[in-house]
Amino acid sequence: MPAELETVERVRRIDVDQYRYGFETIIESEKAPKGLSEDIVRFISAKKDEPEWMLEWRLEAYRRWLTMQEPTWARVDYPKIDYQDLYYYSAPKQKKALASLDEVDPEILKTYEKLGIPLREQEILAGVVRPEGETDGEAPRRVAVDAVFDSVSVATTFQAELKKAGVIFMPISHALREHPDLVRKYLGTVVPTSDNFFATLNSAVFSDGSFVYVPPGVRCPMELSTYFRINERNTGQFERTLIIADKGSYVSYLEGCTAPQRDENQLHAAVVELIALDDAEIKYSTVQNWYPGNSEGKGGVYNFVTKRGDCRGKNSKISWTQVETGSAITWKYPSCILRGDNSRGEFYSIAISNGYQQVDSGTKMIHLGKNTTSRIISKGIAAGKSQNTYRGLVSAHRKATGSRNFTACDSLLIGDKCGAHTVPYVEAKNSSALFEHEATTSKISEDVLFYCVQRGLSQEEAVGLVVNGFVRDVLQQLPMEFAVEAQKLISISLEGSVG
Amino acid sequence: MSALLEVRNLQVRVEEREILHGLSLTVNKGEVHAIMGPNGSGKSTLSHVIAGKPGYEVTGGEILFKGEDLLEMDPDERAAKGVFLAFQYPVEIPGVATMTFLRTALNAQRKARGESEYSTPDFLKKVREVAASLNIPQEMLRRGVNVGFSGGEKKRNEVLQMALFEPSLCILDEMDSGLDIDALRIAADGVNALRSSERAMVVITHYQRLLNYIVPDFVHVMSKGRVVKSGGKELALELEESGYAQFEDQAA
Amino acid sequence: MNLALVKPTMDGAASDVFAVARDRLPGKGPVAEVRQAAFDDFAQKGLPHRRVEEWKYTDLRVLLREVAPLAPPPDQAALDHAKKALASLDVNGAHRLVLVDGAFAPQLSDTASEAGVTVQTLRAMLENADIAARADLLRTSVASDAMISLNAAMATDGVVIDVAENAALGKPIHIVHVSTQSKAAAFTRSLVKVANGAHVTLIESFVAADGAAGYQAHDSVVLWAGDGADVQHIRLVEDARDAANIATAIVTLGERTQYRAFNLTSGSAVCRYQAFLRFDGQNAHADVNGVSLLNDRQHADTTLVLDHAVPHCTSNEVFRAVVDDQAHSVFQGRINVHPDAQKTDARMMTRALLLSDEAEADNKPELEIFADDVQCGHGATTGALDDSLLFYLRARGLPEKEAQALLIQAFVGEAMESIADETLREVAIATAERWLAARG
Repeated sequence: MPAELETVERVRRIDVDQYRYGFETIIESEKAPKGLSEDIVRFISAKKDEPEWMLEWRLEAYRRWLTMQEPTWARVDYPKIDYQDLYYYSAPKQKKALASLDEVDPEILKTYEKLGIPLREQEILAGVVRPEGETDGEAPRRVAVDAVFDSVSVATTFQAELKKAGVIFMPISHALREHPDLVRKYLGTVVPTSDNFFATLNSAVFSDGSFVYVPPGVRCPMELSTYFRINERNTGQFERTLIIADKGSYVSYLEGCTAPQRDENQLHAAVVELIALDDAEIKYSTVQNWYPGNSEGKGGVYNFVTKRGDCRGKNSKISWTQVETGSAITWKYPSCILRGDNSRGEFYSIAISNGYQQVDSGTKMIHLGKNTTSRIISKGIAAGKSQNTYRGLVSAHRKATGSRNFTACDSLLIGDKCGAHTVPYVEAKNSSALFEHEATTSKISEDVLFYCVQRGLSQEEAVGLVVNGFVRDVLQQLPMEFAVEAQKLISISLEGSVG
Repeated sequence: MSALLEVRNLQVRVEEREILHGLSLTVNKGEVHAIMGPNGSGKSTLSHVIAGKPGYEVTGGEILFKGEDLLEMDPDERAAKGVFLAFQYPVEIPGVATMTFLRTALNAQRKARGESEYSTPDFLKKVREVAASLNIPQEMLRRGVNVGFSGGEKKRNEVLQMALFEPSLCILDEMDSGLDIDALRIAADGVNALRSSERAMVVITHYQRLLNYIVPDFVHVMSKGRVVKSGGKELALELEESGYAQFEDQAA
Repeated sequence: MNLALVKPTMDGAASDVFAVARDRLPGKGPVAEVRQAAFDDFAQKGLPHRRVEEWKYTDLRVLLREVAPLAPPPDQAALDHAKKALASLDVNGAHRLVLVDGAFAPQLSDTASEAGVTVQTLRAMLENADIAARADLLRTSVASDAMISLNAAMATDGVVIDVAENAALGKPIHIVHVSTQSKAAAFTRSLVKVANGAHVTLIESFVAADGAAGYQAHDSVVLWAGDGADVQHIRLVEDARDAANIATAIVTLGERTQYRAFNLTSGSAVCRYQAFLRFDGQNAHADVNGVSLLNDRQHADTTLVLDHAVPHCTSNEVFRAVVDDQAHSVFQGRINVHPDAQKTDARMMTRALLLSDEAEADNKPELEIFADDVQCGHGATTGALDDSLLFYLRARGLPEKEAQALLIQAFVGEAMESIADETLREVAIATAERWLAARG
């Protein structure tokens, strides 16, 4: 069938160099020397003006890390990383503390504009910067952005409004100074410093990230959002995010990532910890479109992320939604520990791989409490010469009576040079647990494509239509403004292959 | 003569919530009782408790069946004693052929009563007769229990079992739900054929419609976990006219 | 999913097992060399443990602890003992080949020749210097697995069966493994070659002679089914309740081959059945089904790896586990669809029924797909008996155990449908019924 061949041909020709966000900001930056040692850890901690206990915490992680080995179980293949050949600290030079967006380096603001995230404009559009006393009929949808540029937060907005609600949303480096007790109480309690190779590394050298605390009974008045970018050449990016939803509170957090193009691989090893206490709910959404490497598979971001949520209280809920389209290597398993009785975990994922990308992603749902429920919907799309793996664990422990899981993971293959893999682990140690898992792998039906083309759609539009239908269940989980961005992104990432 | 079924001041809880607050009901051999009431009045709870469904906590009162304490018995013992519940939603049991199921259940009941088990030819003959009278094709008996059956077929399968097991008390739980008029008539004809002086029936229904086909001797109105009014079959017609609202206050 | 360092431990005991047995193992020269190489591989790996992904749920260092010493060759007493065990077998009318404690027992076997089939012993072939490629009988290329290597190093005997082209055997071939010795290990290896167009039913049974306890049965079967062949392969593991059964099957299918396999595990304390099936010719079909019926502290692991290496093949896997008491069921299924294996249709469904709060079921149904024009799917469920079904049955007069038994039979019944032969299906059903009756 010619139409089919054409698509396949396009996939082969895929040119990931079209990567839209491949530009670089030229700003002065301050770096620590290359390599990793106790001194570097001390340097980072000192730069951040951290309390003594934090330095000890980092050093303990560092010493632990020295004894650990890089994991090899994931279906990803990459040259050995020389951890001594990376920079572990890089900060844009700042003249003084920032009071408002106006003081942010205009280069940085310009960069965000190119990314389609005009921070300043967004603030105005969102209705925060407006004359005193002005009222409006309809409250526009509001997003507070904490932008992480390389490793240091450079601007936060909406602070005043959040403060009124009692919500703490700030760079974690600030939180360490302003709310040390809160940070100390929760940091590392979901992802312990010894958790895994990359998380331990992160614990030793993390530079910054977001901190959120929502007090009891508070429904966070807006979506909280962070944009991460990786900029400095050979800079390891080690964010640390900590979100605590206290009893009966609710927060929705959006994380968006874009990075400029680089020839050399960039390591990214973030840790995200979520804690939901009794009756609290956290919704965490990610759109990730870091540089995936060029058409020969050269360059691209290595993304080794540890994300885990702890449904610590009864009736708590944590929901992960991710749209993963970027990075050369993705190693990421946003998970839920369902500790509180009646707690609920959700994982909704779209993972698209093209070119030479390798994705190994999924989730773990650990049922510990009674009557806990979880739901996993994973959609993997493999094109080009990519490898796309779903890896997931669902387990019910001895005392997790009445636990329930439903898992559906579907894979779609575009072209015959890619691979789609499903590796689920289903472990039940309780007879009242009810687990259901289903998975399918298929290609886009030629009949459907032909039908669409016959109705006047181009081949690319037709495939786009089918792909968007395939991922719809997950897109619906995203907050509105993200859903639109994500849908665009899906098209962009299959560009050259499907449109 | 003692009553066949004697429910005395029955109090039942489900997950901490009391559903029946002291319900009493006496059913004698040969009688057909209708229990009517709005949704949530506790009709189905009553049928489940009589049959012994797990999940209900009896906090007070008693149920005597043929003078014996029914609440002390397991569900299968009750079945062997002659209690039959025709389910509102009969379950599907994939992999268990209807014929196998019927024979296993019938022989289990006979064994529990100390009767001899049916021989295969006798059993087959009996099932065929009953099935034919209910218009149930042989092919249906070879399939898994209720698997792929229509609503009407499921209800006919319940009536088939009722005919086969020859219980002394039949409780029909909302047997008209999900049935069109034709299916209802076939099922009701099957039930009427089983009316006898030795057997009693308790017909649970929301609508009077069913009672045009299975005409009761007594009608009880339930509301909020109690019987609030009892009377003859004319009470059902009265309800059809005036609805349940008049009883809501009485129950409170 | 974390990785930790495991030091490659190889305790002296296993090395001794080989050293002590070496002189008793049939085959010199190239055969001995293959054995040594295989043993070196095993010694280097050691018993598989939970850090070896393929053995994640079946840690033999914990479950088996060590390889038992080789069982002595059966004497007359052992043979008499074995004979009694044979009397209780359900399968009758088959061409019976009996291996007692890892040695072929002609006295207990059907040695009468049958048209279309030749049977030799592995021992005789390994010892026959006229067979140039005799060492190949012990070679395996399918997987790097410690237990396959151990089996190759230690195999004392087995049967080598050739079924002639287009032969349609009048009765099934039944390989019976009988263990008579306690705390000893038997290592067997059988090779079955079914030529093009032949029809054959192969049954394997594992049983214990009365009183045999704590033994280990290590077996491997290599099966080739030629173009257009039709092979039915049934395994019944009814070993002693404190025994171990570690078995591998390596199956290669030709063009248009029909292969229907069924494995039933109800015996042994520790059981691992790993089957590697490869489609080598187009338009072939395989049904690979299994049932585990477990109670007490039994541990049974069924691991199936299907390689769709060529286009246009179909496969269907149906697995059911019924797990009671503190038993532990493991199912690992992997479907590999190779590049260019277009039009593959592969299905896998695994379901576990947990009857006790202390039972455990682990399922790992994997798909590995490198071709795009395929239909692959898998499903996995775990749960208890459905309360509403149980109540329905009890309301119809079935006592609890009987109601459970009926539902359990229905649950495992679907997996037994792949047994085309009605008599054999009844054997499987009877085994399940025995297990249910023993539950009390």
